[in-house]
Amino acid sequence: MTFRKYLVLAGVTVFAAAGDSMLSHGMKQTGNISLHHLQGVILAVANPWVAVGILLLLAFFASYMNALSWADLTYVLPATSLGYVLLALVAKFALHEAVSPLRWLGIALISGGVGFVAGGPALTSQEHQDEKSPSCDSAQGEPPAEGARNGAPMEQVVSGTQR
Amino acid sequence: MKSAYTWGGIVVVVLASVVGDILMARAMKQVGDVHALWRRAGLWTVVARILGNSNFFLGLTAMGVGFFSLLFALSWGDVSLVGPAAASLTFIGNAFAARIFLHERVDRRRWIAATLVAAGVALLAG
Repeated sequence: MTFRKYLVLAGVTVFAAAGDSMLSHGMKQTGNISLHHLQGVILAVANPWVAVGILLLLAFFASYMNALSWADLTYVLPATSLGYVLLALVAKFALHEAVSPLRWLGIALISGGVGFVAGGPALTSQEHQDEKSPSCDSAQGEPPAEGARNGAPMEQVVSGTQR
Repeated sequence: MKSAYTWGGIVVVVLASVVGDILMARAMKQVGDVHALWRRAGLWTVVARILGNSNFFLGLTAMGVGFFSLLFALSWGDVSLVGPAAASLTFIGNAFAARIFLHERVDRRRWIAATLVAAGVALLAG
């Protein structure tokens, strides 16, 4: 794990939490959208909170895909679940909402889960598929070279035309 | 009867989200480390590889189905049940599916992490 990768995981966490809260704040301003009045969607997107929220969620999606390109799904999901904790803390200290003892317990459980998964390797699926190369212990180093990956035929066509 | 609809909705949400996450993870593994690829071949190669990957579009579709079925399920059942139940069951479902379909080594450490996070999410959102 390099500093850059921690930065990507932090991006997934923060963008998701910030995007969700901005979106929900904006949607409360614009009001309900029903299936019969779909023009309400256009009004909603014109709301600056909603627009920024959508941009943040796009940033979330980009960093999520980035993280999945070098880490296991079962690593990325728990590692970025700190966003729920972040939301609860924002609710408590910025919005002055009450946080019940049960919610504090939830925060503790999530933090514990993040600590558990962060102590292990980020990538296990590649060495599992490709057991002949024990050198690709990707917890520290870069993943194996491109030739070592066995991708879909379509991907090979694309990479073939690019070089 | 109403609760049958609600739980049916939750099951659909969880299934669609898990399928979406698994396909997206598989697509990005096929694309390869985005940063290394970017440095070696440029941003457009990265974009072209992602857009040329069928798993990416299948995953995107499944995620969309998950999102809209969540909206429907929310209109059938209480937010305080549907939200946490769907989120935490998706965590558990992903752990099973990643082990089977992505061949990730879900060891005891990861099971504990997934279970703790799922329980925590259920408590937080509840």
